[in-house]
Amino acid sequence: MSVIQNRKDLPRVATRDGYGKGLVELGRADERIVVLDADLAAATRTGDFMKAFPERHINCGIAEANMAGIAAGLAACGKIPFMSTFAMFVAGRAFEQVRNSIGYPHMNVKIGATHAGISVGEDGATHQCNEDIALMRLIPGMLIINPCDSIEAEAAVRAAYEYDGPVYLRLGRLAVPVLNDRPDYKFELGKAAVLREGSDLSIFATGLCVVEALDAADRLAEEGIEAEVVNVHTIKPLDTELVASSAAKTGRVFTVEEHSVIGGLGAAVCEALSETCPTKVTRIGIYDVFGESGPALELLHKYGLDAEGIYHKIKESIN
Amino acid sequence: MNIPELQKMTLQVRKEIIKSLHSAGAGHPGGSLSAAELFTYLYFEELHVDPKNPQMADRDRFVLSKGHTAPGLYAALAFRGFFPVEDLMTLRHTGSYLQGHPDMKQTPGVDMSTGSLGQGLSVAVGMALAAKMDGRDYRVYAMCGDGEIQEGQIWEAAMFAGYHKLDNLVVIVDNNRLQIDGYVEDVCSPYPLDKKFEAFHFHTIQIDGHNFEEIAAAFAEAKSVKGKPTLIIARTVKGKGVSFMEDEVSWHGKAPGDAEFEIAMKDLEKAGEALCQ
Repeated sequence: MSVIQNRKDLPRVATRDGYGKGLVELGRADERIVVLDADLAAATRTGDFMKAFPERHINCGIAEANMAGIAAGLAACGKIPFMSTFAMFVAGRAFEQVRNSIGYPHMNVKIGATHAGISVGEDGATHQCNEDIALMRLIPGMLIINPCDSIEAEAAVRAAYEYDGPVYLRLGRLAVPVLNDRPDYKFELGKAAVLREGSDLSIFATGLCVVEALDAADRLAEEGIEAEVVNVHTIKPLDTELVASSAAKTGRVFTVEEHSVIGGLGAAVCEALSETCPTKVTRIGIYDVFGESGPALELLHKYGLDAEGIYHKIKESIN
Repeated sequence: MNIPELQKMTLQVRKEIIKSLHSAGAGHPGGSLSAAELFTYLYFEELHVDPKNPQMADRDRFVLSKGHTAPGLYAALAFRGFFPVEDLMTLRHTGSYLQGHPDMKQTPGVDMSTGSLGQGLSVAVGMALAAKMDGRDYRVYAMCGDGEIQEGQIWEAAMFAGYHKLDNLVVIVDNNRLQIDGYVEDVCSPYPLDKKFEAFHFHTIQIDGHNFEEIAAAFAEAKSVKGKPTLIIARTVKGKGVSFMEDEVSWHGKAPGDAEFEIAMKDLEKAGEALCQ
């Protein structure tokens, strides 16, 4: 059984909105918090922070490489910068600035990367970053959090603040069901959360794929297949212990992510299991192709990342 | 220090550049030597720093955006007392805290890790912005190469610094005219430097980067400028002080062998004797 009952009619909020809300709360609590944007403040949802603390909001214009350096310089002087833009333009365009000016000196810079994955929708392939987890995983000392809903995004902002060093927050544009608006919800950095226990197979999901995996698991349960669903919100460091123990229990693993199957969560799980608990893994994600334009939900369906797609992929893989 | 003392110190810095590169068997002498007067003046006259407390909150910051010329920075830091001069001989050796490019996590006195060209100026801009936000009066200095400014990020940083009127920021371009593939104007001309930066709302000053009167006057002028960052274009000679390295592109990024080391040290000894006369 899932720890989250009655998933029908959940309100839908994008994780980027949780990011914006979390920033305002942090801004109130700590004057060292500064927020940087590159002409996308409306889209990255930093507008409320800008209104509340205009003197601590810095718009760098459309110049992400410079924004990364400015964030590093602010951090070197004791500020805690959250730099915000689309995943494509920070993990992609500014990769080397993030690596050399933020990662190498282990600057206390937080990266709010919105519009990650194919659910960007209509803007199409140039804006759909399915490579950012892979890129950021390669930087020593960089933490990666990919929250599954807005409540978790807010918690991730707080966790990033409490960690002294660079953190990559992977956020989405699409409004997704709010799973974690419940009294027993707790976010622990680096600890994956079992949302549904099962003995037949394990599904490790991240971001908006978590709720889809839960729905897929319900459908599998109707056919007598009990799937364990784990929300892997922290991709680096990976909760290797939980991944290995769940794999050992079920003996069959699936990973689901709105990211390339190369280098992302699926790869991280394969790497961990091959060293700790060799298990057959099927990676569900973007299969080494570029995305395309279309409404987000249609694209998630087309690329097999909605509950139906996950269900079918699991069915065909285990039969 | 008075000017003869600064000149003597600069010679010491140049000697340590040659010695440490010879010891390393690799590195970048040309741009280290061209900026030797600038490094010396910054650490002995200009920067408000404390070798006993390298992390002092209100210290002036220096970002060596042209990070490959670290041997010159390291020599100035060592003579200023941040670490022992004899450690300069460990430059680029495995396990040394003197990395091939500056590493703020390892080397006392280094304010930013640099080396990948074009990135340091943005960080200096962030530091200057932090000072403004906090109402602190420390100043931030960045040194760029004249080849380095071909990087687009330099102009992103310049646009931001000019627009935000960061008058606590001084950018020095070591205009030694050479980059790896030849003269900058032959590879991809960045000129006119003054007009370009003025268009980005900088105050600009042109000096002979080997002349301490002009260096001192330029830094003093920069302090008096309000509402604009300052660019100091320091005309220099790449490889300055070593006869066979001067204005010689092949000495951008290689260490002297044993015979070349002897000649270079003799050149510098001779220059020292001339100073004493």
